Amino acid sequence: MNVPETPASSNGFAVRADHVSRHYKMGDALIRAVDQISLEVRAGEFLALLGASGSGKSTLLNLIAGLDRPSSGAIFAQGRNLAAMSSEELAAHRNQTIGIVFQSFQLLPRMTLEENVELPLRIAETPRSERPGRVREALERVRLGARVKHRPTELSGGEQQRAAIARALVNRPMILLADEPTGNLDSKTGEEIMNLIAEIHRPPSGPGRTIIMVTHEHALAERYADRIVTLSDGAISREENLR
Amino acid sequence: MKVADLAELAARNLREAVLRNSLTTLGIAVGVASLVALLSLGVGLQQLVDRSVARAGLFDTVSVRPRQSAPLGQGVGLRRTPRDAADLQPPRVLDDAARNEIAALPNVVEVNPEVRFTAEARREPNSQLVTVSGMAQSSQSSGTLDDMTGNFFSGPDAEEAIVQGDLAKRLLANGKAPASLLGQEITLRFAQRQALPPRSEQAQPEAPNQAASPDEDAMGFSIVPSEKKFRVVGVLPASDSVGGQARFNNAGLYLPLAVAEKLQVVQRDDLRDVARSTMSVGTRYAALNVLVNSPAAVAQIESRVSDMGFAAFSLIDVTRNLRTFFAIFDLFLGIFGSLALAVASLGIINTLVMAILERRREIGVLKALGAANRDVRQLFFAEAGVMGLVGGVFGVLLGWAIGRAIQFGTVLYLKRQGLNPPNIWSVPWWLVLGAIGFAVLVSLASGIYPASRAARLDPVEALRYE
Ligand SMILES: Nc1ncnc2c1ncn2[C@@H]1O[C@H](COP(=O)(O)OP(=O)(O)OP(=O)(O)O)[C@@H](O)[C@H]1O
Ligand SMILES: [Mg+2]
Repeated sequence: MNVPETPASSNGFAVRADHVSRHYKMGDALIRAVDQISLEVRAGEFLALLGASGSGKSTLLNLIAGLDRPSSGAIFAQGRNLAAMSSEELAAHRNQTIGIVFQSFQLLPRMTLEENVELPLRIAETPRSERPGRVREALERVRLGARVKHRPTELSGGEQQRAAIARALVNRPMILLADEPTGNLDSKTGEEIMNLIAEIHRPPSGPGRTIIMVTHEHALAERYADRIVTLSDGAISREENLR
Repeated sequence: MKVADLAELAARNLREAVLRNSLTTLGIAVGVASLVALLSLGVGLQQLVDRSVARAGLFDTVSVRPRQSAPLGQGVGLRRTPRDAADLQPPRVLDDAARNEIAALPNVVEVNPEVRFTAEARREPNSQLVTVSGMAQSSQSSGTLDDMTGNFFSGPDAEEAIVQGDLAKRLLANGKAPASLLGQEITLRFAQRQALPPRSEQAQPEAPNQAASPDEDAMGFSIVPSEKKFRVVGVLPASDSVGGQARFNNAGLYLPLAVAEKLQVVQRDDLRDVARSTMSVGTRYAALNVLVNSPAAVAQIESRVSDMGFAAFSLIDVTRNLRTFFAIFDLFLGIFGSLALAVASLGIINTLVMAILERRREIGVLKALGAANRDVRQLFFAEAGVMGLVGGVFGVLLGWAIGRAIQFGTVLYLKRQGLNPPNIWSVPWWLVLGAIGFAVLVSLASGIYPASRAARLDPVEALRYE
C-alpha cells in the first residue's frame, strides 16, 4: 500500500463515520436515506461510493462535506466531529478541509473562471495580494491557464468541470469530495476528468489528497479507486479493496 | 467575508439584474426625493421667517426705558393696589451712568440710544410726515439691511438717509421706482430743542421773590422748527413687497444715529422732564436699544436690566412660539416624506426576496464553498445597503431638482404678483447627509427579512440537481 504522506487525523483517518444516520420525515413515513453507516477513510485513500439511484450516496457525501447534519451518529473529519460543530465551524470545514465537485459543475454563470475560482479565497479572507497567484496556480493545474477571463457558458462541459476542480482545490484542502463528477460528460471527457482526479490523488510531486467520489459506474471505480464501498437503501452492502 | 469583498459581490449582483435593481433604486430615490423636497421646503420657510425676524431685530435687541411712575391722579384704577417701595421711589433715570452699567453686562454687544421723532420729509413738490429713527453703524452687518438697494451710510456723521420704499414712492412723481430716489436730496423739517441761557444771565435780578428755579444750573429750552437736507443713499423694500415687513424700531426714514442725536429734536418726555425738579443736567435717554450677542442671552439681559430698575422689553417669546410651530411643521413634512420612503422599502423587500428565489443555486454554491450563514446574510445586507446608498444619493439630487423647480415656480408667480420673491428653499448639508443615511438605514431594515431568509437556505436543497 502506497499511501502518500499527508497530515492525517489523530487516529490516522481522514474521515471516519460512526453509526451515521440521516432520516427524512415525509408525512408518516420515515425515509432512511443513510442508516447506521460506519466507515473509515484513510488519509490519502481514493474511495469510490457506488450504488443504485436513491441508495444514499449523495446524502452520505453531503454529511461528510458538512453541507448537511446527521440525524444521529458522528462524523469525524481530520479528527474533529462535524456533528458537534457550530454552523460557523462547519462553514470553515467546508472552506478549508474539503473541496467539493458536483455532477452539474455549479460554477456561477455570471462570473469569469478566475472569479469563480477566487470565491473560496474571498470566503477564507485570503489577502488580496495572494489571490491572483493562487487562482492562476489552481487553473493552470487543471490546464485552463489560457481561459481565465472566460465565462462558464463559453466552455465545454469537461472544461467547466476542470474549472470546478480548480475551485475545489484553490484553498488546498486535504480531502476532495466528488459527486458523480463525470455524470454529465461523455466517456472520453469523463476519462480526462478521472485522470485529473487521479493526478490530484497522487501527484508526480508534492503531497497527495484523500478522494471520496460518488459514481454509479463500477468500471470507472475499479480503474481509479483504492477501495469501493457499495450502498443500498442507505446501508453498506459491499466493500472491495482494490489496492 | 471582508467588507470590500461583500461590497464587490453586492455591486456585481446588483449590476447583473440591472433593470429590476434600478427600478427598486429609483423607488428609494423617489422616496428620498420627496423627503428632501418637503423638508427643505420646511427649512426654507423657517429660514425665511427667521430672516424676517432677525431683520426685525427681534432676536437680539432689548429695548430699555425708564420705569414710568404715573403722575398722581392718573390711571389709579389700573395700578397694582399696594404701592410697594419701588413705586414710592422716583424711577431711576436712564442716563450715561445707567448706559455704561448696561453696556458692562455680559453678552451685551453695544448700547445705543433710541432716537425717534416725527418729521416732515420734503422733496418738491411732495411732502410727507414720517417717523425718523437713528440707525447704529452696527446695523450694517446685522443682516437687517440685506434687502436694501443702494448703500449704507458712508460714515457715522454722514448727512445721508435710508428711506422706506413707501416714503420714496410718496416723494417721487407717480409711478417711478423707489430706487430712483437714490442720490437725491430730501429736506427734513422737525421740532428742535434750543437751550435757553441760564436764568442768572437773564434780565430779572430785581425780582428775587418770584418763583425761582431751585437749581440755578437747570436749563429750559425753546422749541423751534428746523430744517436740514439729507442725501438718500439706500432704499428699503416697500411694505407691499415680500421683504418689506415690519422691523424693530420701524421707521420711514433712517439717519446715522450720531447725526440724528445732534439734531436735538424734541423727545416725548422732554416736557415732563422740564416740569420735574429732579431734572438732571447730563444726557437723559428716552430709551436705549441694547444689542445682545445671541438670542439665548436676551431673556437674561432683560431680567438684569429690570433688576437695575428699568423697564426692559423684547419679543423673544414671540419667536420661541414661532420656532415650536416650525418644529412641528417640519415633523409633519418629515412624516409624509418618510411614508414615501416606507413604500420604497417594500420595493427593496420585494426585490431581495425575488433575488433569493432566483439565486438559490448561487447561495447554495457559496455555502458549499464555505460561506457561513453570516456571510450570506451580510451579502444581502450589503446589496440592500448599496441600493439604499445609490437611491439616497440620486434621491437627494432629484429632491434638490424638484425644490429648484418649486422655487423657480414660486419666484415666477410672485414676480407676476409684483412681489419681491424670497428664497423659500434651502437644502442644508445635514439634510443631504441625513437623507442618504436614512435611506441606507431604511434599506438595511428592509433587508433584514430577505437576508435572514437567504442565510437560512438549506444548501443541499439549493444545489439539488434539477
Ligand atoms: N430532502 C429530502 N427529503 C426527503 N427525502 C430525501 C431528501 N433528500 C434525499 N431523500 C431521499 O433519500 C434517498 C437517498 O437520496 P440520495 O440523493 O442520497 O441518493 P443517491 O444515491 O445520491 O441517488 P442518485 O444516484 O440518483 O444521485 C432517496 O430515496 C431520496 O428520495
Ligand atoms: Mg446522488
